[in-house]
Amino acid sequence: MQESSGHAMEKHVDYTGSKIGMWLFLFTELILFGGMFLLYSVYRYKHPQEFHAGAVELDVVLGAFNTVILLTSSMTMALSILALRKGNKKLSLILQLATIGLGLLFLVNKYFEWGAKIHHGLYPGSEQILQRGKGEILFFGLYYTMTGLHGLHVLIGLAVIGFTVYMTQRERITAEDFVILENTGLYWHLVDIIWIYLFPLFYLIT
Amino acid sequence: MAEKHTEEHTAGYGTYFYVWITLLLFTVITVVVSLMHLGNLSILTALVIASIKALLVLAIFMHLKYEKMVFKVMFFVAIITLTIFIGMTFIDVLYR
Repeated sequence: MQESSGHAMEKHVDYTGSKIGMWLFLFTELILFGGMFLLYSVYRYKHPQEFHAGAVELDVVLGAFNTVILLTSSMTMALSILALRKGNKKLSLILQLATIGLGLLFLVNKYFEWGAKIHHGLYPGSEQILQRGKGEILFFGLYYTMTGLHGLHVLIGLAVIGFTVYMTQRERITAEDFVILENTGLYWHLVDIIWIYLFPLFYLIT
Repeated sequence: MAEKHTEEHTAGYGTYFYVWITLLLFTVITVVVSLMHLGNLSILTALVIASIKALLVLAIFMHLKYEKMVFKVMFFVAIITLTIFIGMTFIDVLYR
């Protein structure tokens, strides 16, 4: 390990405490999305046929492609922390930037996916959707709410990773003091896990 | 000064790569299974596969496997809480 060069450089970092704080925050996120999954499950149980009809209309290929993108971005994020810990700052920066690139690609796909649905008049409160059954209105309502809230998390994650890129570049995040990058990674992986459940529930269970 | 982390074990580059490959394989499997139209069984298989993927991400990418016991206990309590919420709601919905 590198020795700090004097008392001015010394600072107390509670590594375990920081991570516990992050995990506690992630549990509140889990309960937030858990509540929505609960809502989805109950309405799905009450309107099985209409949820089936709604799910058929979603683009499985686009959904699967976005799953691959997010899984890959989770790997690059995990690798960026490992690279930094091994002292390879440059590789860590490249991997963090790759994660941002993949996250942006995910959002671009989401934009086209939502755009096509809205173009076909399928959005909450639209004339076309109100003519459909109650179950389908609920399905598309949940689809927009849950993928929308997830998309917002991706956007926030991207902003935070942008911040860690800056911090790593300025050596405020280093091989010895990397808990900010690690916690950012935890957040990004949680966003990935939520998508792991969203994908089959909205696109596959038909 | 920061605590020392060098004694902690985490996965290497190779492990992350293999976990990624496994996650992609499970994604292919879940899509293929959904095309087989297994009816009610399809919900179960999709959720089981999603949970295996989530556990892989948690254990390896999020380092839960290598963390101190307190992290595992906290995670367990959070999952149990969520399960109770879902379970109690479904008891209400099913037997109303």
